[in-house]
Amino acid sequence: MSEQAQPGLYHPSFEHDSCGIGFVAHLKGRKSHDIVKDALHMLARMEHRGACGCETNTGDGAGILIQVPHEFFVDECLKLGIKLPPYGQYGVGLVFFPQDEKLREECRDILNRNIEKLGMQLLGYRKVPTYNGEIGESALRVEPVMEHVFVKRPDLITNLDEFERKLYVLRNYTTRLVRESVALPNINDAFYIATLSYKTIVYKGQFTTSQVRSYFPDLQHKNVVSALAVVHSRFSTNTFPSFRLAQPFRYIAHNGEINTVKGNTNWMSAAEASLSSKYFTREELDMILPVCDLTQSDSANLDNVVELLTLTGRSLPQVMMMLIPEAWDGNNHMNETKRAFYEYHAALMEPWDGPASISFTDGKIVGATLDRNGLRPSRYLVTNDDKVIMASEAGVLEVDPAKVIKKGRLQPGKMFIADLEQGRIISDEEVKEDICSRQPYQEWLKNKIRLKDLPEPLGAFHEPGQQALLKHQQAYGYTSEDLKVIISEMAETGKEPLGSMGTDTPLAILSDQSQHFSSYFKQLFAQVTNPPIDPIRERMVMSLTSYVGGGLNLLEESPLHCRMVELHQPILTKKELEKIRFLDQSYFQTKTIYTYFRADGQPGSLERALKRICQYAADAVEDGFSIILLSDRSLDSSHAPIPSLLATAAVHHHLMRRGLRGKVGIVVEAGDVWEVHHFATLISYGASAINPYLVFDTIQDLKNKGKLNPELSLDKLFYNYIKSISDGLLKVFSKMGISTMQSYHGAQIFEALGISKDVIDKYFCRTVTRIGGLSLDDIAKEALVKHKLAYPDKFVPNPKLEVGGIYQWKRRGEFHLFNPQTIHLLQHATKTNDYSVYKKYAKLVNDQGEKACTLRSLLKFKAGNSIPLSEVEPVENIFKRFATGAMSFGSISYEAHTTLAIAMNRIGGKSNCGEGGEDEIRFERKPNGDWERSAIKQVASGRFGVTSYYLANADELQIKMAQGAKPGEGGQLPGHKVDEWIGRVRHSTPGVGLISPPPHHDIYSIEDLAQLIFDLKNSNPKARINVKLVSEAGVGTVAAGVTKAFADVVLISGYDGGTGASPISSIKHAGLPWELGLAEAHQTLVRNKLRSRIVVQADGQMKTGRDLAIAALLGAEEWGVATAALVTSGCIMMRKCHLNTCPVGVATQNKELRALFTGKPEHVVNLFHFLAEELREVMAELGFRTINEMVGQVDRLEMRKDLTNWKHKLIDLSAVLHKEPADAGVGIYNQEAQQHALEAVLDVDLIRAAQPALENAEKVTGEYRITNTDRATGTMLSYEISKKFKGVGLPIGTLQFKFTGSAGQSFGAFAAPGIQFELEGEANDYFGKGLSGGHLTLYPPKAATFPASENIIAGNVALYGATAGEAYIRGQAGERFAVRNSGAKAVVEGVGDHGCEYMTGGMVVVLGETGRNFAAGMSGGIAFVYNPVSSFAERCNREMVEFDDLDAEDITELKRLIRNHFEKTGSAVAEGILGDWDNALLHFIKVMPSDYKLVLQKQKELKRVGITNLEVAVNG
Amino acid sequence: MGKPTGFLEFGRELPKKRDPQARINDYNELYEDFGKDKIQKQAARCMDCGVPFCHSGCPLGNIIPEFNDAVYEQDWEEAARILFSTNNFPEFTGRICPAPCESACVLGINKPPVTIEEIEKSIAEVAFEKGYVRAKTPAVRTGKKVAVVGSGPAGLAAAAQLNSAGHSVTVFERADKIGGLLRYGIPDFKLEKWVVDRRIKVMEEEGVEFMTNANVGENIPVKDLNRSFDAIVLTGGSTIARNLNIPGRDLKGVHFAMEFLTQQNGRVSGKTFAPEAEIWATDKHVVVIGGGDTGSDCVGTSNRHGAKSVTQIEVMAKPPQVRDSSTPWPNWPMQLRTSTSHEEGCDRNWAISTKEFIGDETGKLTALKIAQMDFCVIQPGEKPKFQEVPGTEKVIPCDLALLAIGFVHPQHQGMLEELGVELDERGNVKCNAMHQTSVPKVFAAGDMRRGQSLVVWAISEGREAARHVDTFLMGETKLEAKDISMLSAVVGA
Repeated sequence: MSEQAQPGLYHPSFEHDSCGIGFVAHLKGRKSHDIVKDALHMLARMEHRGACGCETNTGDGAGILIQVPHEFFVDECLKLGIKLPPYGQYGVGLVFFPQDEKLREECRDILNRNIEKLGMQLLGYRKVPTYNGEIGESALRVEPVMEHVFVKRPDLITNLDEFERKLYVLRNYTTRLVRESVALPNINDAFYIATLSYKTIVYKGQFTTSQVRSYFPDLQHKNVVSALAVVHSRFSTNTFPSFRLAQPFRYIAHNGEINTVKGNTNWMSAAEASLSSKYFTREELDMILPVCDLTQSDSANLDNVVELLTLTGRSLPQVMMMLIPEAWDGNNHMNETKRAFYEYHAALMEPWDGPASISFTDGKIVGATLDRNGLRPSRYLVTNDDKVIMASEAGVLEVDPAKVIKKGRLQPGKMFIADLEQGRIISDEEVKEDICSRQPYQEWLKNKIRLKDLPEPLGAFHEPGQQALLKHQQAYGYTSEDLKVIISEMAETGKEPLGSMGTDTPLAILSDQSQHFSSYFKQLFAQVTNPPIDPIRERMVMSLTSYVGGGLNLLEESPLHCRMVELHQPILTKKELEKIRFLDQSYFQTKTIYTYFRADGQPGSLERALKRICQYAADAVEDGFSIILLSDRSLDSSHAPIPSLLATAAVHHHLMRRGLRGKVGIVVEAGDVWEVHHFATLISYGASAINPYLVFDTIQDLKNKGKLNPELSLDKLFYNYIKSISDGLLKVFSKMGISTMQSYHGAQIFEALGISKDVIDKYFCRTVTRIGGLSLDDIAKEALVKHKLAYPDKFVPNPKLEVGGIYQWKRRGEFHLFNPQTIHLLQHATKTNDYSVYKKYAKLVNDQGEKACTLRSLLKFKAGNSIPLSEVEPVENIFKRFATGAMSFGSISYEAHTTLAIAMNRIGGKSNCGEGGEDEIRFERKPNGDWERSAIKQVASGRFGVTSYYLANADELQIKMAQGAKPGEGGQLPGHKVDEWIGRVRHSTPGVGLISPPPHHDIYSIEDLAQLIFDLKNSNPKARINVKLVSEAGVGTVAAGVTKAFADVVLISGYDGGTGASPISSIKHAGLPWELGLAEAHQTLVRNKLRSRIVVQADGQMKTGRDLAIAALLGAEEWGVATAALVTSGCIMMRKCHLNTCPVGVATQNKELRALFTGKPEHVVNLFHFLAEELREVMAELGFRTINEMVGQVDRLEMRKDLTNWKHKLIDLSAVLHKEPADAGVGIYNQEAQQHALEAVLDVDLIRAAQPALENAEKVTGEYRITNTDRATGTMLSYEISKKFKGVGLPIGTLQFKFTGSAGQSFGAFAAPGIQFELEGEANDYFGKGLSGGHLTLYPPKAATFPASENIIAGNVALYGATAGEAYIRGQAGERFAVRNSGAKAVVEGVGDHGCEYMTGGMVVVLGETGRNFAAGMSGGIAFVYNPVSSFAERCNREMVEFDDLDAEDITELKRLIRNHFEKTGSAVAEGILGDWDNALLHFIKVMPSDYKLVLQKQKELKRVGITNLEVAVNG
Repeated sequence: MGKPTGFLEFGRELPKKRDPQARINDYNELYEDFGKDKIQKQAARCMDCGVPFCHSGCPLGNIIPEFNDAVYEQDWEEAARILFSTNNFPEFTGRICPAPCESACVLGINKPPVTIEEIEKSIAEVAFEKGYVRAKTPAVRTGKKVAVVGSGPAGLAAAAQLNSAGHSVTVFERADKIGGLLRYGIPDFKLEKWVVDRRIKVMEEEGVEFMTNANVGENIPVKDLNRSFDAIVLTGGSTIARNLNIPGRDLKGVHFAMEFLTQQNGRVSGKTFAPEAEIWATDKHVVVIGGGDTGSDCVGTSNRHGAKSVTQIEVMAKPPQVRDSSTPWPNWPMQLRTSTSHEEGCDRNWAISTKEFIGDETGKLTALKIAQMDFCVIQPGEKPKFQEVPGTEKVIPCDLALLAIGFVHPQHQGMLEELGVELDERGNVKCNAMHQTSVPKVFAAGDMRRGQSLVVWAISEGREAARHVDTFLMGETKLEAKDISMLSAVVGA
C-alpha cells in the first residue's frame, strides 16, 4: 500500500485483518487433485469468516498454497515451448505485474537481470490463465497481470535448500530494486512476487473465498496435484483493495493480529546490523535486507521473519516457538528443558504478541500453532485414510464419520505438525522436546545476569533535604494532588486509584497549565480486531520479565546470546539501579548519560541537548557499553531536565537509525515519572527499566511527615508502590491485548495528540500524530515553566506545590467544563424550564476561549445561507436521534435509571440500560403511559442479565466493544453493591461480586463480531444492532469492518466519557477525542462507499447543541448524551460513584441516599428540548433544513481565527476538516438498510414448524440436517417464544428438534425455555451462548468409531453468559467452557483452558480433563470435576474458589445430571461412573467459590431462623 | 478524604451559645468551647466533592475540602498551611463571615451543610495556640516602599502580602487604633479585639509599620505619600453611610449605626467619651432601621445597653423561611436569617417604610411614623417597586433611632480628591482589572473599590491588589493568586 500523504485522518497502517484459515494434507505425502479441491471447498465454506466490501463480489482476499504441481507445469510449459527440467531443478514464481505494459516490461527486465546476476537462468514466463468475470469492480481496478516465471537452478548448486535460498535472494532483491527504480506511486502493490520456490506455490488475490477457484482455471485442472494445501480467507477493514495482502504468504497463513508489530519490526531492523549467517554471503544478506516492509501488513512481516529465520538454519517449528512462545514465565508445570528454551530465546527475541492461529508449511511438513492465550479457534481431524484437515471451524468439509479416528483442537501455545515425509503426526510434546534438547539451553542460561547476584553498589545518592525535595518536586511537575491522590494511595494500598465520571479537563495541547510530556500521548487499546486480556484472572499468560543488554547475531545461537541483565519487572529501586550503574562484568558495563538542557529559554537549546545525548549514547555503544543509563539527576538553576520520555525516545530512535540499538539496553533514572502512564510511555518508547527516584524520596518524606499509614514500613510502602505500577502496566499492556513486557517494550502503542510532525518523525518515528502541535522549543518552554517554579529568577516565597485540579475541580487548578457555574446553570435551567438560563450555560461551555478544553472549541461555523428557524425540521424529528449513555442499574440508582428511561420514552429518544440487565417489570408501560423500558439494551462482556426475553425487549442492541473512560478494560461490581434487586436483575447471587471481563469472549476478531451481530439480529430481528467503539487512530477502519459485519449503527465514543469506576490513568490517558474518531470513521466509510449502509452515532461529553452540530458536520447523524443528562437529574460531579456515597442519590444503591434523588423526567426532557433547539438555531444559521442535509458537511466548519493561546495556535485540524470526496451516487449519511439475510436461516424453517407451539403451546418435533454455515440455530425461534411467552417461555420439551451434522457457530444461542435441541454430530464455537432456559444435547455421530470422550465435539466459549437451561455434551469442549455462566447446568466430558471462568451461578459437571486456569474469577455457581488421576488441583486457579466435599444435596443433583447425560447422549463415561457410583463419587471434586459459599451459608442460616430478607444477608 | 461516609454518620453540630439572657450582660464572645473531637467529626462530614462548590463559593477561594481532610486527620499544621495559603486572617473570617461557602456546600443540597466556618476558626486558633502562626520576616527586602491607607481587612491583607513579597509596607490609619471595621465596626461579642491585636502584633514583628491617627489628606499630606512611596494602596473602606432624608432627621436621638457601634467598641476597650457625645440605648425604645448585619449588631448592642424595647424595621418584605427558589443552591440564599442578636430579643418588622422622625419640643426624638408597604410583582432584573398600603400609617414610640441602611461610597473629600483618582459611577474608586486607579502608582482595594461588602471580600481584594502592586513594582509576582496557577505562567513567550 502506498505511503502517500493522506489528506484526511485515514492511514493505511490502521488496517486490520483476520480470517478463516485451514489446511488439508495427506499424511503420507500422497499428492492428489482432491486435496486441492477439498481445500478450495473448505475455503468456500468459510465465506462468513471473510467479508466483502461495498460490492458483494469484491472480497477482502483469499488464496491457496500448494506444492509445485510439476506434472502440470511441464505440460503447460511444453505448450509454450519451454522445456522444464526435472522437479527440483527449477523454481517457479507467481508474479503480479503492473497492468501498464511499459511498466510491466521495466519490472520484467529487472527480474530478468537479477536472475542472471545471481547465476540462474530464465526458462520463461507463462501468463497465468485467469477468469475475472466474477470479481468485483474494485478488485478489477487493481487487478495485476499474473505470470509464472520459471527459473533454472544453477548447475553448481546441488543442495535444494541452497537453491531455495538463492530464489529468496532473487525475490527480495528484485522486489527492492523494482520499488526503488520503477516510477509508479503504488509500485508495492503493482509488482509483487507471491512465491518463488522450487517446492511451493501460492495462488491468491482480492477475491471472495469462492472466487479463488473460478479465477484460476489452473486450480481446476486435474493435474494440479498436491499432498498439502493451505488456504486463507481474509476479513479486512481495508480501503484499497490489494491483491498482495491476500494470504497465504510463503510460509504461513495467519489468522490474528500482531499487536506489537511496530515494536517487532523496529527490533528486527535493530537486529539487522548484527546479522550474519553461514548460509548467506554478506553481499547476499545486503540484498535481502531489510526483512520487514513497513508498507505491508503485520502478518506479512511475520511471514518475512519466519522465512529469514527458517532459511538461516532453524527449523520451521523452532521459529514458530521463538516468535509465538507459550506462556512460560511463571509456569511451574512446564518441564525445565522447555522453559530453558523459551527463556533463552526470550533474550534473543521478544514475542510477536497477539491473538494468532497460524498454519505453516515448508512444503514438507504442514502444521499449525496457536498463541499463548488460544484466542483463535483451530479444529482438526484425522481420518483412517490419512487425511488431515485443520480449519478455523469444524464441519467445513464433509467427512464420513466412520472414517474419523481423531477430532481435536489446537490448545493455547500448542503446535500440531503433520510430517509428510515421515508420514505421521508429530505431537506438540515430541516436536518441542526434540527442539528444546538440541542445545544445552539450561547450561547457557547461567550467563544470565541476575540483579540479586550482583555485588552491593559502590555508591548511592543521598536523600535530599526538605527544601531540595520540594524544589525537585516543583521542577519535575508534581502537584499536591499527585502526592495525595496518586502516590500516597498507591504506597498505602498497592493499587492504582479509581476515579469516576469522565474527564472534562483540557487536552494537554489545549491546557494553559504546563503539562507532563507523557500527557501528549494517548494509550491505544484493542477493540474488535483483537481482544484485550484480563491481566488479573489470566495473569498466567502475562509476563513482566525482560532482559537488558546488547543482543548478538540473531541468526545464530551461542551461550553468550543470553548474557543480559534479567529483570522481573521494570521498576528499579534505588539500590537496584545503583547495582546496574556500577555493573562491571567482563564486557558488560553501564554508561550514565545526563539528560539536561540549558534553561535559557533560547531556541534550539533543547535540540542541542538531544543531539548531545544521542551522540554520547552512540559513542557509548561503539565503546562497548551494554547499558545506557539516562539520568535526569543533573538539575540546577541553569539546567533543566529533558522530559524523560523525550530523552529516551530520542536515544532509542537515534540508535535505531544508526543500527546500534540492538547492541544496548536503555535504563532510565527519572524524576518526572510517577503515574502508570508515565512508565508505560517510557517502556513503549524504548526504556527497559526505570528508577523513579523522586517518587521514592517523596514517599519517604510523606512517611516522615506522618502522612502515610504509620503501620506500613517504608519498605512496604515502596513495595506497594512498585506493585501498583507493575499491575497498572500489565493493565496497560493487556488493554492492547499484549501479554508481555518484552513485546510492549518499544512497541509504541500510543497516538500523539499535540506534538508536531517534525518532533514525531525525528524522535517518535511511526507514531501517529494527526493535529500537529508542539515543536522542540515549545516542549522546552513548557518544561521551563516548572523549572522556573523551582528556580525563580527573583526571590519569592513559594513553599508549596501547585494544586493540580485534575481529579477535583480547584480554582487554581486545571479548567473543567463542568464547574460550579455550568453545573448550577444547567440544573437551574432544566428545573425551571428556562431556555435563557440554558443559553447562559451553553455560552459558558461553547465559548471556551483561552480555556479551551476540547478540539471542537477551536472550530467555528462558516456562516452563510441562513434560513428562518421555522424552516428547520422540528425538535420532534431531532428527538429520535438522541440517546442517553449506557449506565447500568447498579452503577446508578433505580430512580436515576428510570428517570432517564421515562424521559427518553416521552420524547421518542432512546435510553440505554447499560451493562447489567433490566428488571422485567420495566418492560410493560405504566398506567399513566410512562415507560421505564430502555430502548437500547446493551450487550457487554459480562452479559449480565442478557436473556432471550431481555433481547426481545429492545429497539436497539448495543454491543459495547469499549468504553471511553477505560477502553480495553473490564470492570468489577463489588459484592457489597450487589443487593437483592441488582442480583436478581443480573441473574447472580446477592452479596457476590461480579466481574466483567475485558474482552467479549465471543469477539476476538472482526469475523467474531460479525457472528455476534448475526446472533443478536436473530435474537431480535426488529432491533438495530449498534456497535460501540472508542475513538483512537484506526477506528475508521474498524468502523468499516463493523459496517461490513452488518451492524446497523456504529457509535464512536470519545475518551472523555463517564464511568462508575475506572483507574484514573485510564480515564485520562486512554483513547482519543470523538472529533478525531468520528471524522476518521466518516471519512473512511465514505471512502469505502459504506457510509450509506450504517448510522453513525457519537458521544462523549456532549453538552450543548453546538456540540451536536459539530458532530453532525463531522459525520454523525445521532448523538448520545450522558453526563449532561445526569447533571440535569441532580448529579453534581462528586466523582465518588465508586464509593457508593453519592449524596444526591444518583450513583448509589444506599437506600437513605437514593431517597434524596430529586431528578424528574421533565427536567431531562427540558434538557433535550434545549439541546435540540440550540441545534436548530445552528442549522438555521447554516441553512440546513434537516439533519440528513447536515451530516458530513464538514466544509461548513473552520478553525477559529481569533485564537490567542500560544498552544492553540500550533494545532492544525485540517485532517479533521477534510471532506472525503464522494461521487454523486455515494451516500454520505445512512440511506439504506443492511442486508442481514435472515430470511435464509434454518430458523425460518424451525419457526414455521413450531407454529402449533407458538400459537397454542402444543408439542412439536422435527428433524433437520445441519452444516457449519447454519449459525445461531434456535435463536430467532427463541425470539418468537420470548415475544409471546415472555421470560417464562414454554414448558420444557414443548419444541423437540433433532439435528444431524456439523452445526455452525452459536448453536442454541439464547435458546428460550421450551426448546429442546438434540445434535448428532459436532458443534462449533459459542455452543449454547446465552442459553436462556432451553435444553441442548450434543453427541457424536452414531456411526463414529472414535471414543467420544477423547475427542473434541464442541468449540470454544460454550455457554457464555448462559442464564438458565441445561446442556449435555458427550465429548470434549474447547477453551472457556461456561465462561460467565450464571444459571445453566451442563455436563461435559473434558474442557480446555479457563473453564468456568468468571462463572457466577449454575452448575458444571466435567467428566474428564480440564485445561489450565479452571475457575479463574469464578465468583458463583458450582463445578464438579471428575478427577480420577488427581491432576486437577494444579490446573485450577484457586484465588477465588475452594475445594469442598459433596453434601447430600450435591450428590443427588450430580447423580441426576449424570444420569440425564447418560440417557440423552449414551455417554460411556457416564455409564461407567453410574455403574460404579460409590467409588466414582470419591473422585469428584466440588469447586466452590469462597464468597458464594459464605453468602449461601448465611442465606441458609437466615432461612432457618425465618428471615427471608436477603438484604440482611448481604449487608448484615 | 478522611471518611467517605462521615456525612451519613454525623449530624451538623456547632458549639453551644451562652444563654441569651446571660450573655447580654457582657460583650464577650457568645460561643462556648468546642472540643477538638467534635470538630474532627464535623470535618468528617465533608464529602471532598469532585466539584467543591464551597471552594468556589468562598470569595477567597479557601481550599476547604483539603483543610477539612487535614482536620479529620488531626494534622493541624497541614490544615493551617492550607488555610493560611489563601486567607491571611482566618481568625477573623472564622468568627464573623456569613459563610457563603456553607450556602454553597454540596451537603447543603439536602442536609445541613458542613460547619466550615467553625472549622476555619478552630484551625486558626489551634495555629496560634501551637505556634504555627509566627512572624515570617521575608529573607530579602526589595527596597520598594508601599503605603497602605486604611487598616481594615483589605488594608491588612494587602500589607501582609506585600510585606511577604519583601516590600517595606507602612499602613496609615486615621483612627487611634489599627483594625478599621474590625476594630470599631464589629461589636466585641462577635469579634473580641484581642484577636485583632494578636494579628497586628504578628504583622509588626514581620516588619509592617503601622501609623495610627494618620489621616492621609489631613494630617498626612498626599504629596508626602506620593514622594516617599513606590506604590500606594487605598483601602479606606466605604465610609459614607446612607442617610434617610425624611422629616425629623436632625432630631436628637437619630444616629447612624456606625456612630453607635464605634462608640461602644471604644468603650469596651477602655475609651471614654464626653457625656454629651455618648449614645446610649439604656432604658430607651430603640428602633433599628435596616434589617442587615449592621442592624443586627445595633440590636445586640442595644440589648446589652439595657434598652426598654428594641424594634427593627426593614423596608423589604419578609424573606421566606427556607431558601427561595429564585436563589437556588449554590447561590447565597434569599431566606430569613435570625442572628444571635435577634435571639437576645427584638421585635422584627418587614415591609415598613419610615416616613418621619417625630420629636418633642426639645428636639428629642420620641416616635417614628411608619407605614406598611406592598410590593408589586417584579420582573427578574428589575428593581422592586413598592407602594404604601393605604391606612396603615402609624406612630411608634422611639427614643433612639439607628440608621443601618448601608454605605454609599468612600469619603471623597480629602485624600481621594487630592490624589485625583477617578471615581466610578457609584462613587467608588475606579480601577482597571489590575486594581490600578487612574493614577498609575495608586491602587485600590476593598470596599473603597468595590463598594460595601463582606470582610472576606475585603481580604480577597487586599490579596489580589497586592499581587498587582507586586507585579507593578517587580515585573512579575509569585504571590498566591486566587484563580491562577503558577503552572500557567508563560515563559519567554
